[in-house]
Amino acid sequence: MTPRPAIAEPRWARIVLCVLALVLLGLFLVLPLAAVFTEALRRGWGPVWQALSDPDAIAAIELTLLVAAIAVPVNTIGGVAGAWCIAKFDFPGRALLLALIELPFSVSPVISGLVWVLLFGAHGWFGPWLQAHDLQIVFALPGLVLATLFVTFPFVARTLIPLMQEQGRSAEEAAATLGASGWQTFFRVTLPEIRWALLSGVLLCNARAMGEFGAVSVVSGHVRGETNTMPLHIEILYNEYQFVGAFAVAALLALLALVTLAAKALLERGGPRGSLAA
Amino acid sequence: MRQRSLPGFGASLGVTLVWLVGLVLLPLLALLLRPWELGPLGVWRSLAEPRVLAALRLSFLGALAASAAMLPLGLLVAWVLVRYRFPGRRLLDGVVDLPFALPTAVAGLALTALYAPNGWLGEPLAALGLKVAYTPLGVGLAMAFVGLPFIVRTVEPVLRDLPLEAEEAAATLGASRAQVIRRVVLPALAPALLAGFAMASARAIGEYGSVIFIAGNMPMVSEIAPLLIVVRLEQFDYAGAAAVGLAMLALSFLLLLALNLATRFWRRA
Repeated sequence: MTPRPAIAEPRWARIVLCVLALVLLGLFLVLPLAAVFTEALRRGWGPVWQALSDPDAIAAIELTLLVAAIAVPVNTIGGVAGAWCIAKFDFPGRALLLALIELPFSVSPVISGLVWVLLFGAHGWFGPWLQAHDLQIVFALPGLVLATLFVTFPFVARTLIPLMQEQGRSAEEAAATLGASGWQTFFRVTLPEIRWALLSGVLLCNARAMGEFGAVSVVSGHVRGETNTMPLHIEILYNEYQFVGAFAVAALLALLALVTLAAKALLERGGPRGSLAA
Repeated sequence: MRQRSLPGFGASLGVTLVWLVGLVLLPLLALLLRPWELGPLGVWRSLAEPRVLAALRLSFLGALAASAAMLPLGLLVAWVLVRYRFPGRRLLDGVVDLPFALPTAVAGLALTALYAPNGWLGEPLAALGLKVAYTPLGVGLAMAFVGLPFIVRTVEPVLRDLPLEAEEAAATLGASRAQVIRRVVLPALAPALLAGFAMASARAIGEYGSVIFIAGNMPMVSEIAPLLIVVRLEQFDYAGAAAVGLAMLALSFLLLLALNLATRFWRRA
């Protein structure tokens, strides 16, 4: 936008404001990121490689990937179903349903873990029953997955709903009139329209799933090599004063965040074929 | 209501409800009910402990102060992103989302390294007599870090849709640029600023990962409410932990409600 002369700030003011914004965000947001990589590489690549190839670190990386591989598809399916019924149909309670789907965003991560302990912990509602049947949810993989599911719950639905509402339902209705089945309509008509938004939602969901700390910290039990995800491994290393190791794992997660941001920016700019132009 | 000519309503609603009830509502029901096994008086006692009150105060007042402190910066960033074209604008746009994308433990570690007494920023600040890491100031700093994008991203679209005609009219009538911004632009942005402030506060109140590394976690001084939940869980005090969690949710809800009402009032005025 070229500012119209009557309401443009003088040139010097514009330059000052731009420089100020760049400098302040650089100091406040970028410098911490730079600190992670600098601290990790303080003694060169050797210790970084050593920290990342440590068996406990590898176990943490594998566990993080496993948890995300379960949680992300579940929330993708739920998110698409939720977006479909909220965006394409009118029904009483629609606004309430939307508000409830977004609810986990306003809940503290620690509470997102706490609720599962209240249900399935040793003194939880279902704790004694689980114990009697020799099942373990909290301090084990299922607990990590459930906590991750809770915190990443709204991402996919929230990315899809505004777009699907904007697109309306005339294309789907036309397909249905022409005799397409529900699945055909979804895969041939709806999905091509929403795929880049869907991908963006899945990426955000995945980034949060892999980076979640508070919620999984509550349900993990912190058993090294068994129930430690990457963010929890960072904390353990840090508390043991293994700073290079902690920052090495942190740098790996920071890279994931950067890749996610870049992909999101690319998708928002329209995806390969510009179908997200809205 | 329009006729349902599309298939899949029952199936998608069914899947959605199972997904929602199983993963969100049932667990939250446990949070809602568990504290009361202490009895109403027990809940009160469990929350009225000085350590709990201090933690709740730090989480809420810290979040409000941090978000308020970020309002000018958030406005500045939204303003230059929408109104100006300059080299580095795209990069700045991406950088704003960094706190969204960066895992909280990474952010916490990074801020601690940066603001520790021997850190890049901590050392000069310490020379000025300002101790950030391991103090309540550090807690506020981490809260400000996670909250900033909410303010920028809420103000940005409103600023973009602001009709320039109002500003031009004011300028034509002889108002200076500063007067136009103060009398025309800022009032139009006030509801968005308030909404962004509310979202940033809500996020900062519950924040855990970014805060605990830099906080020092001294009971009564720099201990946040979410950490107290963790402490109580470690002592197997489930009801006590749930009581703190429920109090946090209830207070957040009241805060958001109040801010929401204020926004509506503002819009109407």
